[in-house]
Amino acid sequence: MIWAISWRNVWRNKLRSAVIIISVAIGIFAGVFSWAFYAGMVDQRIQTAIITEASNIQIHEKNFLENPDQKFYMANASGIANDVRAIEEVRAVSERLIVNAMATSAETGSGVKIMGIDPEKEKNVTNIYSKVMEGSYFEDEGKTPVVIGEKLAEKLSIKLRSRIVLTLQNMDGTITSGLFRVEGIYRTANSVYDETNIFIKHEDVINLIGLNESAGHEIAILLHDNNKLDDVCNLIQSSYPELDIKTWKELMPDVSLVEETMNFSMYIFMAIILAALVFGIVNTMLMAVLERVKELGMLMAVGMNKIRVFTMIVLETVFLSIQGGVIGIIIAYLVTLIFNRRGIDLSPWIEGFEKLGYEAMVYPATNAGIAVRVAIMVLIAGIVASVYPAIKALQLKPAEALHIDI
Amino acid sequence: MSVIEIHKVTKIYDDAEVKVSAINGITLTIEEGEFTAIVGPSGSGKTTLLNLLGGLDKPTTGEIQINGTKINDLRSSQMIDFRLFNIGFVFQAYNLIPVLSARENVEFIMELQGKGKTERRKRSSDLLKSVGLAERMNSRPSKLSGGQQQRIAVARALASKPRFILADEPTANLDSVSTKNLLDIMERLNHEEKITFIFSTHDQRVVNKAHRVITIEDGKIISDRNQEPQSN
Repeated sequence: MIWAISWRNVWRNKLRSAVIIISVAIGIFAGVFSWAFYAGMVDQRIQTAIITEASNIQIHEKNFLENPDQKFYMANASGIANDVRAIEEVRAVSERLIVNAMATSAETGSGVKIMGIDPEKEKNVTNIYSKVMEGSYFEDEGKTPVVIGEKLAEKLSIKLRSRIVLTLQNMDGTITSGLFRVEGIYRTANSVYDETNIFIKHEDVINLIGLNESAGHEIAILLHDNNKLDDVCNLIQSSYPELDIKTWKELMPDVSLVEETMNFSMYIFMAIILAALVFGIVNTMLMAVLERVKELGMLMAVGMNKIRVFTMIVLETVFLSIQGGVIGIIIAYLVTLIFNRRGIDLSPWIEGFEKLGYEAMVYPATNAGIAVRVAIMVLIAGIVASVYPAIKALQLKPAEALHIDI
Repeated sequence: MSVIEIHKVTKIYDDAEVKVSAINGITLTIEEGEFTAIVGPSGSGKTTLLNLLGGLDKPTTGEIQINGTKINDLRSSQMIDFRLFNIGFVFQAYNLIPVLSARENVEFIMELQGKGKTERRKRSSDLLKSVGLAERMNSRPSKLSGGQQQRIAVARALASKPRFILADEPTANLDSVSTKNLLDIMERLNHEEKITFIFSTHDQRVVNKAHRVITIEDGKIISDRNQEPQSN
């Protein structure tokens, strides 16, 4: 019956309870929606990091990542790639030759990273082909095509079908160069990536630097399920202990850090919102207790012990908080659902974010986990908020409380 | 058999500035089945005495025994349980739980005692019938008159099967018809079920119904007499 009394007590003063419930709902809505917004932003960044940039896993020769010199290559990259393709969890594999070079246009030059790829294999691993906004992704039959980023095109003042010269060091250490024609210009969410990465065909790199057909500097692996990351990584490592197997989290620690710190930051953000709400709830519950001094005195007089009185006040406070919390979560969920479909366009403010690889359109993430975590936090806040009013109630002496006129 | 025995009880309220001696060495015995009124002018110590008898307050000196248990020595939590199982209360302002129906108000005490639902249902129905509120069992206090609320309070006080019922000015807020009804009910319960009632009151109609009238003034008993109850 204590549950029933507590629930009905919440609605004794409808206006006052409604005001605090609405306050809690607004606070929780703000917190949950912000959380969903940032979760969406980070999810997109991770997706970009995996699908466009790093894939789930990469394999390199032991020294390559520390010193990306073309001499640190895997002689049998094709064979390793075939072995990896046979793993059930692996969706696609692409071998790459990677060479640092100088790209020069008629006007200027810029340092670039050449990715020598097999376009058909690469299409299965990265989505750069879908980011081509001008021209095509190695579909023309023309000789020595190159696909470059929009930022690099701007920097070199070149357009589609312009010619650029790529100058690099071959395996002998001799400086060599080749003339390439811009076949496609892509644009990803990461402007720094666009400015430095260019794609040419695998065989063209081989011709320039003089490596054999099966050689490669990097094997990019896309998985069916990112949760299997560590399992697949360990499996490959056990087969090829001499190679450097790294997950995207190790390859892009900045992105991994954002993922890890986002939840922590949002917990702090929610805690601040809830701390502010707790004061409002405490105030409301104190008023409720002070209005019912006589009734509480009667309850203690007739035999309601302190644990039950304490429980009653805690339940009232929790009911009050949880109602606001649930309403806030539901509204946040619905609003998130709408923006999850429509997206939120941050174009006017996105320039700085683009350098970090964030998209201009953010799709807030609808995540049941966020709702559950927030609901638990609201419950804890409700319990915390109830302690002081409950202690005040316990301090009443029935003989005095019964004769106080409210 | 005595239900209450108090011996040389004093109660002094010791504020920082003033000491108020509310009860000055009262010795008193209440026997089972008594219908006793405690009377006296305002400030005479009636309510303080009732608080002491009900274990709501502790005496400064002296000893209070209820049913053979010396309640001075009970800790606060033990005292709450003692009240729950031994003492019924009826207050001047009814003090029902406004969010519960008449039946729930009566059942609530039994739930605190840990009684099962079936027993609670049956006893609450019986008690509300006995106070003439069988038809209003599901009404909340705000929908009932003062007299009806006070009758629920009597049913609630009886719900725990207490050794005695303490009623602090039970008729102070009632009109004459409600007062008569309430007194008739309490008189019947006293007569038929040997329930011990102790009232503090200013109301002559209550005094007339009492078998014993204790008058206190300045915290002392100045008269203690048995009488034949009169009809109002």
